[in-house]
Amino acid sequence: MFDVTTSRKLVEVRDLKMYFPIRTGILRKHTGDVKAVDGVSFDIFEGETLGLVGESGCGKSTCGRAILRLYEPTEGSIKIDGVEIAKTDFNALRKMRPTMQMVFQDPQASLNPRMTLAGIIGEPLSEHSKLTSDKRLARIYELMDAVGLNRDFANRYPHEFSGGQRQRIGIARALALNPKFIVCDEPIAALDVSIQAQVVNLLEDLQEQFGLTYLFISHDLSMVRHIADRVAVMYLGKIAELAPRDELYADPLHPYTKALLSAVPEPDPSAHDTANRTVLQGDVPSPANPPKGCNFCTRCPAVMDICHQIDPDFHEVRPGRFVACHLHPDTTQTAANAATP
Amino acid sequence: MPDGVTPFALDVRGLKTVFKTRRGEVHAVNDVSFHLEPGELLGVVGESGSGKSVTMMSLIGLLPMPPAEVRNGTVMFEGQDLLTATDEQLRAIRGARIGMIFQDPMTSLNPVFNVGYQIMEPLRKHMGLNKSQARDRAVALLDLVGIPDARRRLTDYPHQFSGGMRQRVMIAIALACDPKVLIADEPTTALDVTIQAQILELIKDLRQKLGMAIVWITHDLGVIAGIADRVMVMYGGQVVEQAPVRELFANPRHPYTRMLLETVPSVSGTRVQRLQVIEGQPPMLTKTPESCPFMARCPHAFDRCGRENPARFIVGPNHDAACFWNVETGAPRDV
Repeated sequence: MFDVTTSRKLVEVRDLKMYFPIRTGILRKHTGDVKAVDGVSFDIFEGETLGLVGESGCGKSTCGRAILRLYEPTEGSIKIDGVEIAKTDFNALRKMRPTMQMVFQDPQASLNPRMTLAGIIGEPLSEHSKLTSDKRLARIYELMDAVGLNRDFANRYPHEFSGGQRQRIGIARALALNPKFIVCDEPIAALDVSIQAQVVNLLEDLQEQFGLTYLFISHDLSMVRHIADRVAVMYLGKIAELAPRDELYADPLHPYTKALLSAVPEPDPSAHDTANRTVLQGDVPSPANPPKGCNFCTRCPAVMDICHQIDPDFHEVRPGRFVACHLHPDTTQTAANAATP
Repeated sequence: MPDGVTPFALDVRGLKTVFKTRRGEVHAVNDVSFHLEPGELLGVVGESGSGKSVTMMSLIGLLPMPPAEVRNGTVMFEGQDLLTATDEQLRAIRGARIGMIFQDPMTSLNPVFNVGYQIMEPLRKHMGLNKSQARDRAVALLDLVGIPDARRRLTDYPHQFSGGMRQRVMIAIALACDPKVLIADEPTTALDVTIQAQILELIKDLRQKLGMAIVWITHDLGVIAGIADRVMVMYGGQVVEQAPVRELFANPRHPYTRMLLETVPSVSGTRVQRLQVIEGQPPMLTKTPESCPFMARCPHAFDRCGRENPARFIVGPNHDAACFWNVETGAPRDV
């Protein structure tokens, strides 16, 4: 079991903001921003899996991409393996790429249909290493073995594979350069239930084998409970709650986490009779025009006056448990230091 | 099963649908039989490619023919066989006596007409209402599915609604003419969990108010556990198990159902160290199956499974499973 206290921080994200400008009119005047990620801070420790959950449009994928600088973040700092990458220039960033990789959601769209499997898995090797073609092919075979693809498939094209196998190709490509940190952006969302389990088990095996650190982005709360060590819940561009997995699922503190967990239908008919369901009313507000005060105040079942006025801080309420909610005021003195050192 | 004259809302026997492609035939639905009792909610579960959508589409004649071809079977609805009905007869039934909800509310609503027009269309066509009567009923329907400020929103276009609201509009259209049977094909799959919870509550509420029979297609066992009365599990174009919902979750008898239930993680209860997987891939359905379609992935497979395609054996009250292996005795079934 992973232990937070003994590990070092591999990824440190501080006050990350990612705004997409809205331009209107014939002059494309800058009239507003879509605040996709609006000030998130968290750490990922070496060897752990941080689950990032939330509904669609809450900014979880944008956050994952911004951390790898696939977008230019508007503000904030991102340190990966001790190196600040939020403002690094392009050439230095390129040298950093081998340590951080990504597995994408749609294995159909993220693989070039005109490249063979060997070409796809070998591309990062030819870009970032100076291996001879023999050694490169040996490495490609090694990677195919690691993700459970038959070596005979090396010269086939992506369309010849099923969804689960395609996702294995995507994972092999991400592993090619021995990364330390992999962002998995909904890697199982496009797969069938019985195939999801295969891919999740593979990701767990690879983590153990190569000592990988994952940011696992998903909307599937039950799968995140299985794979993650700690879980961050995002709502409308902000992290509502971040806690170790067992504590979050057993005792959610933020009203949004509670509602989200109670909305997950359990595969057990008798659980549905006894379930005390909190059904949230309404929809998520637009990130271009978030409500004043707490982002969740328009749908919160426990809303108070203060929630419409002041946006709650994201702080540590118990060791390891961070919440942004007025129901859980800042009680510990050290919390502020821990959240923003 | 009782004989054919019983008042089932829908009675499907021996349905077989084949797609003709350039690379040969695909036998998407093989000898599927089921019935739907008035007022019940039948859940249909299966992975993609298991034939659950194609079954429902073929019985109401919504598949493009060619390439599809319904080779066999009868679909009795209100004393009429839908498979032999003319296009005109089918048009009079679809949208009026049988309502449909599809997965993606964005692509199933027409973006160039306002939602009022789209709700009023079946009302005027099937129920013969005039414009103002249809408008009043459209407002009542939008109220029923929980869209606030219904009268004003009639003139809004689909893109002005959120995903959950669009699905509510789809439900309103499906319910427009008081259908006897509602076919819902993955109606909540494209929605977020909190919105899905809203739609599920709405459906439970509407069932009590309107009392129609519903076929609910999904791959989500959690959704099925919450709303279905009876469940039908499909695999490789066939029905592999059928039982009342509690019975199915408590005593699954087909190895596929058993493994499927073990595969799914949960947000409560004990957390398993490692997920159970079903190794391998679903079968390619290139010809009429002569063996059990699940054989290649089944831990209990033995020689008979390769020679014969198992029929659906009765394994309990109102419970059948298409498997030669008897889970209770741990030995092959003696039939």
